[in-house]
Amino acid sequence: MKPGNEAELAELVAGAAGPLRIMGGGTRDVGRPVDGTALSTAGLTGATLYEPGALTLVVRAGTPLAEVETVLAGEGQRLAFEPMDHRALLGTTGAPTIGGAVAANVSGPRRVQAGACRDFLLGVRFVDGQGRVIKNGGRVMKNVTGYDVVKLMAGSWGTLGVLTELSFKVLAIPETEMTLVARGLSDADGVALLSTALGSPFDVTGAAHLGQGVVEGGARTQVRIEGLAASVAYRRDRLTALLPGVEAVEGADSAALWREVRDVDPFAGQPGSVWKVSVRPSDGPVLCARLGTLVTGAIYDWGGGLVWLRGPEAGDGGASRIRAEVATLGGHATLVRGPEALRRQVPVFPPETAGVATLTAGLQAKYDPRGVLNPGLMG
Amino acid sequence: MQMPEPNASVLARKDRVVARLREALSAAAVISDPAETRAYECDALTAYKCAPMAAVLPASTQEVSAALRICHEEGVPVVPRGAGTSLAGGSLPTADSVVLGVSRMTEVLETNYPDRYIRVQTGMTNLSVTGAVEEADFFYAPDPSSQLACAISGNIAMNSGGAHCLKYGVTTNNLLGVTLVQMDGTVVEIGGAHLDAGGLDLLGVICGSEGQLGVVTEATLRILRKPEGARPVLIGFDANETAGACVSDIIRAGILPVAIEFMDRPCIEACEAFAKAGYPMCEALLIVEVEGSEGEIADQLTRIVAIAEQHKPVALREAGDADEAARIWLGRKSAFGAMGQINDYMCLDGTIPVSALPEVLRRMGDLSAEYGLGVANVFHAGDGNMHPLILYNANTPGQLELCEALGAEILKLCVEVGGCLTGEHGVGVEKRDLMLHQYAPEDLDAQMAVKDVFDPAWLLNPAKVFPLAQSEARRVAAE
Ligand SMILES: Cc1cc2nc3c(=O)[nH]c(=O)nc-3n(C[C@H](O)[C@H](O)[C@@H](O)COP(=O)(O)OP(=O)(O)OC[C@H]3O[C@@H](n4cnc5c(N)ncnc54)[C@H](O)[C@@H]3O)c2cc1C
Ligand SMILES: Cc1cc2nc3c(=O)[nH]c(=O)nc-3n(C[C@H](O)[C@H](O)[C@H](O)COP(=O)(O)OP(=O)(O)OC[C@H]3O[C@@H](n4cnc5c(N)ncnc54)[C@H](O)[C@@H]3O)c2cc1C
Repeated sequence: MKPGNEAELAELVAGAAGPLRIMGGGTRDVGRPVDGTALSTAGLTGATLYEPGALTLVVRAGTPLAEVETVLAGEGQRLAFEPMDHRALLGTTGAPTIGGAVAANVSGPRRVQAGACRDFLLGVRFVDGQGRVIKNGGRVMKNVTGYDVVKLMAGSWGTLGVLTELSFKVLAIPETEMTLVARGLSDADGVALLSTALGSPFDVTGAAHLGQGVVEGGARTQVRIEGLAASVAYRRDRLTALLPGVEAVEGADSAALWREVRDVDPFAGQPGSVWKVSVRPSDGPVLCARLGTLVTGAIYDWGGGLVWLRGPEAGDGGASRIRAEVATLGGHATLVRGPEALRRQVPVFPPETAGVATLTAGLQAKYDPRGVLNPGLMG
Repeated sequence: MQMPEPNASVLARKDRVVARLREALSAAAVISDPAETRAYECDALTAYKCAPMAAVLPASTQEVSAALRICHEEGVPVVPRGAGTSLAGGSLPTADSVVLGVSRMTEVLETNYPDRYIRVQTGMTNLSVTGAVEEADFFYAPDPSSQLACAISGNIAMNSGGAHCLKYGVTTNNLLGVTLVQMDGTVVEIGGAHLDAGGLDLLGVICGSEGQLGVVTEATLRILRKPEGARPVLIGFDANETAGACVSDIIRAGILPVAIEFMDRPCIEACEAFAKAGYPMCEALLIVEVEGSEGEIADQLTRIVAIAEQHKPVALREAGDADEAARIWLGRKSAFGAMGQINDYMCLDGTIPVSALPEVLRRMGDLSAEYGLGVANVFHAGDGNMHPLILYNANTPGQLELCEALGAEILKLCVEVGGCLTGEHGVGVEKRDLMLHQYAPEDLDAQMAVKDVFDPAWLLNPAKVFPLAQSEARRVAAE
């Protein structure tokens, strides 16, 4: 089913006799597999408002991400949360949509400085499980009028409603970017370097470490600065003095280093399960040390706080050991890539504490009482 | 302002409720003498007052949980309270309620500089959080003007902003985790020192829920390294439109100042008379502040001045040193005090798209003439968050009502041009009855559904946020 507008979509959801599988660009084979009728948002496209002088974009949810980025680039602006393109990692095709990125609350390396996808989302329109059209938030940057259901919808993976329209705060593309790169550091030393950089006054917008064996030339630790040319040059000098052994990489070469991290490129085409772990930055290397040979590669983003792990495909894909260690440190682990059989066998999303699980189930029952929207995907 | 009738059976059980609370906490932590409960009768929206049945001041999450469990069993409404600086009546009690204040919970629980966070009890004031990390040159970014007094708990409940949120975001963008005690006493940990939720973003909906989903007792907050320096420039224009266009051009140019503040003529005149900051007399003033090293500041200010000059400013003053910077901020910082000197005033908080600024200021002027009450404007122009101050005389009968009616018209205007009723102060009781101007009944229903899940008995912070007629069916069903 591919409705052409919001009203048609609402009618289809209201009349659904059974489970619906919500699709954006269908580029992700996501979560616990859902058996249901496919409902595509690909018919809901286009920007409905774009005011560069107010840094605001309102866009229909089925609009391809690439189209959104082209429109913004035309005015020298961008989505600052740097959404990932996961097609290579997951081996899928299709055109990722802005609705899919929001449904997954997908944020890239700039998350450490600028914020997550949810932090840039100013308003939503969506169709709930009973086919009602609901709006929350708006198009202005500061808004505390009523509860912030906008945040709840970001990262709800289509289980609370089908997003139809989204408004964003966008930002200017900076004049210059530069990356300072160190080579051959251990995971602990690499993350310590990132911590020093992020704890400096020099406004670092990316901080990643690719562990031994992940890319050619040994471990790579990288720190990004962006802004006006003179400011970037100044901060390069100050950071170079602060971080021993770093070398500057500029322009397109710098951008390529971050695309690689954003899209988890080094794990594309490599065998194994892929886990996305969120922990305190300094706990990233601790976790990997404890997991030992269970993981065959680690990419640390967000200063060490986001760890992409390549684990086994066999057995439980590493689920029980990874989750047990994460539980002792505080944080959560999501299975981002794995064969369908594995995703049916182990929970894809992190198991919740009893209190949180009760609240989650309660919200899903309120927003989708018949259980027709991506049922079981997050469960 | 309509409030629900106090529940007579709850009032009749006051002695038993108080005795149970005293037994569970300590005698000193429970206040029930009417002479003392008066201290909790209002917040900074002093037009509305109602003393609670009792107040409790627990010292720990366990005590909060115990107090809530008792109130839940007894069917007693609970009004969470931080420092009572809400401008929206967010912590206004009802006569049958127990106020639960976190003012005794002021400890720093953990400070971690390598991972850039601090964990605190939520009774700590906003400014004392920055105070706790200043030794290492760190700070907590959200900085409401009330930061000396307001508590982190109130900041979280209202999702408060501040002068620097154009660059650093508001509370929700700087909050990593909370300990939440639900009305039935259940304690839940949400988020933590890591980033982003693994499942639904419950933290996102708790922040800004105005004390209606649970009592927040502890919070993990993101802290940042202080910038090397900061400096403002003052720019005067002969028309509001021109100042508005200049704001838009600065933003488009890709310079991200930490603050862009806007003052109109009535406000400039009042501030000048009060603080004598040496402001030029003109129709509109902008204060634009940038951060960084000396060189970075100079570079950004040069670009901003070049943009401003295209709009033919009537005054332009760059701060050469800290002293001049302080003088530029002096007038702006004393704006509320200055207004208070000449009049009673009501402070509004609507947000508008920046592009609608000239139209809104013009129509606000028309409304002001129509109602015969002066309106002065001082606001965060970078993000469109306006603070129109309506001047009135509280001693003249009928003026408060007239002022409220004008305030409602101005907020409806904000919504009409694509904005909202409140940008940072919250709905509370003040804007409760305007909610249907911004949201359709089903939109409010989706919000109230969240409360159904967190507080099925509908006992937490009664009669706030949602129009009473909209919530009535749910409240009746919960009884
Ligand atoms: C478990 C898991 C975790 C992942 N985590 C990340 C991550 O953290 N970062 C990252 O970059 N990528 C992640 N991915 C990949 C990511 O999900 C996608 O690639 C995405 O951005 C694709 O966009 P799409 O339009 O193709 O969405 P689709 O693949 O079509 O849909 C993605 C999800 O969003 C839902 N959805 C799509 N559109 C709407 C809508 N309009 N309203 C409501 N729901 C909608 C779908 O039901 C589906 O659950 C993850 C994948 C998996 C399997
Ligand atoms: C002079 C002045 C200037 C101001 N400037 C600004 C400004 O620049 N920006 C801005 O955003 N606001 C501003 N405010 C408004 C106010 O200071 C903020 O809303 C502040 O966050 C309220 O904090 P508080 O601790 O005083 O909360 P209170 O007034 O005590 O309570 C506010 C709300 O929080 C709830 N609450 C309190 N504690 C808890 C808890 N533990 N758990 C759950 N809910 C709780 C209450 O029920 C109530 O709904 C200003 C106010 C004044 C008087």
